Amino acid sequence: MATTPDAAWRPPMLQVEGLHAYYGRAHILADVSFAASAGDVLALLGRNGAGKSTTLKSIMGLVRPAAGSVVFEGERIDGLAPYRIARLGLGFVPEDRRIFTDLSVMENLEVGRQKQRGDGPLWTPERLFELFPNLGRMKDRPGGRMSGGEQQMLTIARTLMGNPRCVLLDEPSEGLAPLIVEQMAAAIRALRAEGLCVILSEQNLHFSSQLADRAVIVEKGRIRFAGTMDALRAEPAVREQYLSV
Amino acid sequence: MTFASFIAQLLNGLAGASSLFMVAAGLSLIFGVTRIVNFAHGSLYMLGLYGAYTLLEGLVTPLFAFGGFGRTSLGFWAAVVLSALLVGLVGVAIEVLILRRIYHAPELFQLLATFAVVLVIKDIALAIWGPEDLVGPRAPGLDSTVVILDRHVPQYDLALIVIAPLVLLALWLALTRTRWGALVRAATQDREMVGALGVNEAWLFTGVFFIGSVLAGLGGALQLPREPAHLGLDLALIADAFVVTVVGGLGSVPGAFLAAILIGVVKAFCVAIGTQEFVGLEVSFSRLTLVVEFLVMAVVLIVRPYGLLGRPPATQRLAAESASPPRLPRWPAWAPALVLLALVPLAMPSDRYLLVLLTDIFIFALFAVSLHVLMGPSGMVSFGHAAYFGIAAYAAALMLKRAALPMEVSLLLAPVAAGGFALLFGWFCVRLSGVYLAMLTLAFAQIAWSVIFQWDSFTGGSNGMIGIWPPSWLASKSAYYWLALALCALGIAFLWRMLYAPFGYSLRAGRDSPLRAEAIGINVRRQQWFAFTVAGALAGLAGGLYAFSKGSISPELSSIAQSTDALVMVLLGGVQTLTGPVAGAGVFTWLKDELARHTEFWRAMLGLVILALVLLFPQGIAGGARLLWDRLPWRRQTA
Repeated sequence: MATTPDAAWRPPMLQVEGLHAYYGRAHILADVSFAASAGDVLALLGRNGAGKSTTLKSIMGLVRPAAGSVVFEGERIDGLAPYRIARLGLGFVPEDRRIFTDLSVMENLEVGRQKQRGDGPLWTPERLFELFPNLGRMKDRPGGRMSGGEQQMLTIARTLMGNPRCVLLDEPSEGLAPLIVEQMAAAIRALRAEGLCVILSEQNLHFSSQLADRAVIVEKGRIRFAGTMDALRAEPAVREQYLSV
Repeated sequence: MTFASFIAQLLNGLAGASSLFMVAAGLSLIFGVTRIVNFAHGSLYMLGLYGAYTLLEGLVTPLFAFGGFGRTSLGFWAAVVLSALLVGLVGVAIEVLILRRIYHAPELFQLLATFAVVLVIKDIALAIWGPEDLVGPRAPGLDSTVVILDRHVPQYDLALIVIAPLVLLALWLALTRTRWGALVRAATQDREMVGALGVNEAWLFTGVFFIGSVLAGLGGALQLPREPAHLGLDLALIADAFVVTVVGGLGSVPGAFLAAILIGVVKAFCVAIGTQEFVGLEVSFSRLTLVVEFLVMAVVLIVRPYGLLGRPPATQRLAAESASPPRLPRWPAWAPALVLLALVPLAMPSDRYLLVLLTDIFIFALFAVSLHVLMGPSGMVSFGHAAYFGIAAYAAALMLKRAALPMEVSLLLAPVAAGGFALLFGWFCVRLSGVYLAMLTLAFAQIAWSVIFQWDSFTGGSNGMIGIWPPSWLASKSAYYWLALALCALGIAFLWRMLYAPFGYSLRAGRDSPLRAEAIGINVRRQQWFAFTVAGALAGLAGGLYAFSKGSISPELSSIAQSTDALVMVLLGGVQTLTGPVAGAGVFTWLKDELARHTEFWRAMLGLVILALVLLFPQGIAGGARLLWDRLPWRRQTA
């Protein structure tokens, strides 16, 4: 699938081409392709089990794709170990948060810390506490004794400590109270303002349509729609078929 | 017992606990991060002790001579520290050369690899230092005693009692105050996530292995003035360290400290009590010291199944993951094999060596299959299956010699005795799972071994028992061969058939999905308990047959080494298949015999063979074959 026209004027930062992935014999991803540039927020939409998480994990090297390529800033990264992909500047925020429950907030951030990359952003705990004020009030609290929303903030903050240029967010709004969802949205806007490329996997169309410029819809491991958010708004039939539950 | 003697024993116990804590802390740290149960940790301790001896006293080899640091205070402490660091490098070599290649292999394979390392290190130590005990000097500068409550307490013991908390403090600071510590604790919980955050796991693992190995080496080196270096230390120490680690809670360093102290105190108490009379019965508490730690462990695990400071482990499964149901061998396959085997004594009546070897193989095949029933379909890994083998061998011998029962009756009662003990021990074991269960089985085996080893008047102690021969109709090698063939074939057939009875299905259901099995009305624990008992009884049949085939027995039959032999047989053959353990028993028994006849260093050779297999087929032999199949060029194109 070709790069969508509206992004064509910038070189894509992340380019996924013809990705296939299997769990055992089950074909989870079939020919998934998309691209995103710095400052883009791309929404990866689809129902539960559509293949959104697997797509992000394949980019991150946590699932080894059977075929296809992933190019990040001109370098092929498929087949690399996850830690090397992370060090190139890709940040991954998993759906199930995976906070280190025994470690304090500060220690969780410390585990995520990586060197600044060139002229990329530099995140410090102080800057992150501005973005997520709740975290600043519980620096020494163990991750296991935080609410779901606080954990979600921490998992994003932890990934940002690696100073990524592109962040893969897996369902950041899932299971959160509306007030916290608002904070998440604000945080994602701040990331875009920093010039980061954000891939946002979501089931929540309302949440992602506030944030994303473009959308890709996945269903049964295949891409069913790719275009701008406005184009998606103009096609209620597509929304009905692939997103409504 | 006086208070003073108790205090003296207590200080002695705590001094011993100091080293044990270090070994256990290292084991715990390594397990926490890499999920590898490092069987070679006791070997690292042993190397630490030998290393310190050599650095201090020197070493003369055909290649070079080294004078040693000399018996000065500085020389002693330099030897201790340097030895620990060198052992750390050995640990790094093990991690980088072997374990790093098999982190994605099934956990049991990693265990097998570390066990192979034990064998190799033992023979390297034998080659360098020889079989004699090496007694180190007293620590220069700390070689006198201090009088406490009228008792002379060695200064060095007091130093050890101070060193252990210092090591704990240093470890605690490193784990809680440094980035490395945060990474280690994070990786203990979720290593994949740590990798996704940009941390190079490989180096983290190597670092943890280095620190863990240094701790083991330090523990060994510090014991130089207190115990001689000898080749049996590796397995002795690993058993102790397992106990301390499990009692404290796997992965918890403070837990290891608490557990080491607890066991040290209880041991001291037993020695101090000495021999006491209870209602006319003499009980020697000082003799209990060999088993008391295992009793402590059994009690702790029953009260707190994850140890004093441990937490339920993240999903970990020792057994083969969702193995596809094995197929029952059909008669066209086994009938000709049985007929051929039955014809061997007729075809080669004079080849006594072959008959004895094949008899051994039959016996060990039954032993391995009985262990496989636990490890495969029941999902319970036993590190101590030799308990039932040894108990039955002794039961048979005792009934023959002490009760003067006929051999035939003794042989048939032996499995009953083993089954009885399996029933008793199994009740405790099935309450645990995974590594904890494995450790508890090891503990029971060690208890059995110690009782046999120490009860001179009844079992003959370390000398064993001799003159356990079958009656005249079975006296010839071929007659006994047929008996062993028949009984082992029947035993194996019974076990295999059992796995295809509804009982076998419910066992597998309980292994694959305990909650769902419970939900449809299967009492998983009771099924496992029953399987444990049956497996013990059949291991007992093998043990009884073994006793009468050799004519003499020794406590070694229930030793850790015997248990690991069975483990290796099953793993070599493959847990996924039914016939695997039989093949594994055959290959292993033959290989061991062959190597032992040709080289003094058969252990190292065996270890290297195991390592080669593990490294070449990290997914098991069956998995390796599948991998090769998938890599065939015409298969690749369709993928």
